[in-house]
Amino acid sequence: MAERKMNLTLKVWRQKNKNARGDFETYAAKDISSDMSFLEMLDVVNEGLIEGGKEPIAFDHDCREGICGMCSLVINGQPHGPDDGTTTCQLHMRKFSDGDTIVIEPWRAKAFPVLKDLVTDRSAFDRIIQAGGYVSVNTGGAPDANAVPIPKAEADLAFDAATCIGCGACVAACPNAAAMLFVGAKVSQFKHLPQGQPERKSRVLNMIGRMDQEGFGNCTNHYECEASCPKEIPVRVIAELNREYTRAALTKR
Amino acid sequence: MALDSRVPSGPIEKKWDKRKFDMKLVNPANKRLYKVIIVGSGLAGGSAAATLAELGYNVHCFCFQDSPRRAHSIAAQGGINAAKNYQNDGDSVYRLFYDTVKGGDYRSREANVYRLSQVSVNIIDQCVAQGVPFAREYGGHLDNRSFGGAQVSRTFYARGQTGQQLLLGAYSALARQINTGGVTMHTRTEMLDLVIKDGHAKGIITRNLVTGKVERHAADCVILASGGYGNVFYLSTNAMGSNVTATYRAYKKGAAFANPCYTQIHPTCIPVTGTHQSKLTLMSESLRNDGRVWVPKEKADAEAIQQGKKKAKDIPPEARDYYLERKYPSFGNLVPRDVASRNAKMMCDEGKGVNGTGLAVYLDFADAIVRYGKAEAHKHGLDEDDKETVQRLGKEVVSAKYGNLFQMYDKITGEDPYEVPMKIFPAVHYTMGGLWVDYDLMSNVPGLFVLGEANFSDHGANRLGASALMQGLADGYFVIPYTVGDYLARIPSSERYLKGAFSEDDGEFTAAESVVNERTKKLLSIKGKKTVDTFHRELGHIMWEYCGMARNEAGLQKALEKIPALRAEFWENVNVPGDGDNLNVSLEKAGRVADFLEFGELMCKDALERRESCGGHFREESQTEEGEAKRDDEQFSHVAAWMYEGDDKAPRLEKEPLEFEYVKLTQRSYK
Ligand SMILES: Cc1cc2nc3c(=O)[nH]c(=O)nc-3n(C[C@H](O)[C@H](O)[C@H](O)COP(=O)(O)OP(=O)(O)OC[C@H]3O[C@@H](n4cnc5c(N)ncnc54)[C@H](O)[C@@H]3O)c2cc1C
Ligand code: FES
Repeated sequence: MAERKMNLTLKVWRQKNKNARGDFETYAAKDISSDMSFLEMLDVVNEGLIEGGKEPIAFDHDCREGICGMCSLVINGQPHGPDDGTTTCQLHMRKFSDGDTIVIEPWRAKAFPVLKDLVTDRSAFDRIIQAGGYVSVNTGGAPDANAVPIPKAEADLAFDAATCIGCGACVAACPNAAAMLFVGAKVSQFKHLPQGQPERKSRVLNMIGRMDQEGFGNCTNHYECEASCPKEIPVRVIAELNREYTRAALTKR
Repeated sequence: MALDSRVPSGPIEKKWDKRKFDMKLVNPANKRLYKVIIVGSGLAGGSAAATLAELGYNVHCFCFQDSPRRAHSIAAQGGINAAKNYQNDGDSVYRLFYDTVKGGDYRSREANVYRLSQVSVNIIDQCVAQGVPFAREYGGHLDNRSFGGAQVSRTFYARGQTGQQLLLGAYSALARQINTGGVTMHTRTEMLDLVIKDGHAKGIITRNLVTGKVERHAADCVILASGGYGNVFYLSTNAMGSNVTATYRAYKKGAAFANPCYTQIHPTCIPVTGTHQSKLTLMSESLRNDGRVWVPKEKADAEAIQQGKKKAKDIPPEARDYYLERKYPSFGNLVPRDVASRNAKMMCDEGKGVNGTGLAVYLDFADAIVRYGKAEAHKHGLDEDDKETVQRLGKEVVSAKYGNLFQMYDKITGEDPYEVPMKIFPAVHYTMGGLWVDYDLMSNVPGLFVLGEANFSDHGANRLGASALMQGLADGYFVIPYTVGDYLARIPSSERYLKGAFSEDDGEFTAAESVVNERTKKLLSIKGKKTVDTFHRELGHIMWEYCGMARNEAGLQKALEKIPALRAEFWENVNVPGDGDNLNVSLEKAGRVADFLEFGELMCKDALERRESCGGHFREESQTEEGEAKRDDEQFSHVAAWMYEGDDKAPRLEKEPLEFEYVKLTQRSYK
């Protein structure tokens, strides 16, 4: 695809730290190539800021390959921007046009406080996993990997759920800041595997309990989470989560 | 001081058992009385932290990302090797061992590689038990694919996201231990120095990347699992934060740095498009199972492509040079990475590159789509000669195998690889060099252990595909839990940290902290004219030009002049805005680049000193008539381990001789 150059106006959320009040600042992004990724465009803007003795815009990122889940950003109101099934780091500027104004904000959710500019604290997700998002098996003594065959169809369902990168876009997209897609993905992965069966009930109860404690909202079926998920995790995992939870709660002891 | 590898005696297949038997054990009830620091939460660090905590040790684990799940292991695509021989195609522990030593061009330590092959089978079992969703066949059993440098199918995979699934497995085990209190996790925390007390590694100095707070952490031993240093080249397939700081700081505190010049350039990455480029994206080696690599036979055709006058489809089959299949008939497109990369470079040097910059070759799936399409049509009783059906079915198979990679390629380049061949070019990917370790994975500094890509141990001068994941997990799940125990068991109880034998208030800790503080202050005070990235990019250019895919005496000499000059300019003219007591991304980068600016010099020194070609280290002066890497076993069959002697002194070179009892040294051949 042929390269284009463009000039853009950015309105970016700047916030000194967790307790400071933030506000939008306007920046010009000049001579941006359509081949750049969105974060490379921000790199260019930041180089300009630093050369002017100003602090660059802080944002989270690491792999820049759409897999670590570190990048975030609400771009023109959409988590990870306008492209379906794409993280911000994989979004390319060919999706934008010369003269566009782009509004860039952090994830906004009570459970994800802003640390600086566009950087948020998503450790609540880690704590949900710590509450039960695992199979309790110590290292050593595992049976041969082929001892228990797993039907391909089940393995594929588990895999589809397991591709979650834990970025938090689902929470940022949800009007209630619910974390059901994230929790559902983990619960669904283990539900479809024989290894997940022994802790099936305690896992879902503990993870949901933790989710509520962390201040995430309730799901009211808007499905914005699915639409914004860069890995296209389907909302069927939320239905599965609800079923698993009901089943576990009813048959607790 | 000679480096003692402490390889146990006896036949190779008994060495690990023997070592385990000879180890001193820590009483289970006492394990919680030992504190262990682990830097890194990738496959190596994460698996080690989880396993050591399961055993009962008091573990503190550190990473610079906001969650341990984001370590760069997450990005590994293609797969993980294990000598399971599930395919019944002749694989064995011995064959995996042999392939790895040969693939590494006979520059690794036999005993370590053998152990790696032995424990490889346990890794797959462990991961499946954790719920890692590996690819399966319809019968429900695990599926395998082939990787470069092997003629058996021993690579386990989870679509194109194997690293993600393995890391999430290790992360879940780690999360479980965090929940029980066995592991204290320190995220967004960067190690900036190692603390040595009475000759032993006893702690680290860290900076909290959110608050800027510099902290001291003491423990009974320190484990580094901080990943590779490919970012010394600026552009690489590594994550933006990947760095050499942890290992380089340890080097400056006395740990030997082994074979720093051994760098792996991966043959199949998306080519560079412009100066704005911040990283390079890998297209997994697994694609070479089905993709065919080619360039036009005629330079004129290549030039027409470069100028946009012709496209791949305009070149008829007879005018294409499938050069890997032509030159290496028995391995074909699946030659090891160093060979594939060098050949791509040769083709482009001959003017046969296939993009605007002339720096790309084709990786073509058209034939695979037809082949799979026909097989599927046959299976379902459909017309095998109907082009549309064949194309549709073929694309479905290819998508099931590589869907996410094709999608990634499309997103980045704006081209659809189902319709046109991919354009690929080699890029810096992995570093075989790392801190020197003995058989127990302990460095020459007692109490300092090094795991995963951060050590030098198993891959010699070239790593085979799908072997880094294997090594990281072998180190963390199955080696370190034993060897650390042996070290700890030998510490007299009166010298233990939790017994109050020493503390963070001791002189060694305060001294190390003040060095870190001084450096931060200095970086913030320069307020020069150039950004950190500008320096990093310039360093990258020097490294790629003179210490990249091909190296020679004159070029390396030139790099050794340019790097110190660039470093001097950095310390006078870098601009790091903001201050140190909060989240400051420029400051983080500046510290890492400052270390790369020293480390790059060490790499070039090592490359200069090794006047032979081996694996990924290609010295133009040392090649066979056919342009393959030519080793000099007489003079260079050793590990080059560099010792820091002071900022204004040249480092000292120690050599660990490599002895081969089992594998016969030959000129590697993949023909
Ligand atoms: C794109 C890509 C694809 C790959 N594909 C494959 C494949 O298919 N098969 C295969 O076998 N190998 C593959 N590899 C190689 C393999 O992924 C890596 O070698 C391996 O995962 C490294 O694991 P690690 O645990 O040693 O380090 P990493 O996973 O890189 O982890 C490093 C850890 O150290 C921490 N850290 C680093 N520095 C500091 C510091 N100063 N302070 C605090 N913490 C620090 C980081 O936060 C992180 O937690 C691939 C590599 C890349 C880049
Ligand atoms: S930076 Fe890793 S997913 Fe975007």
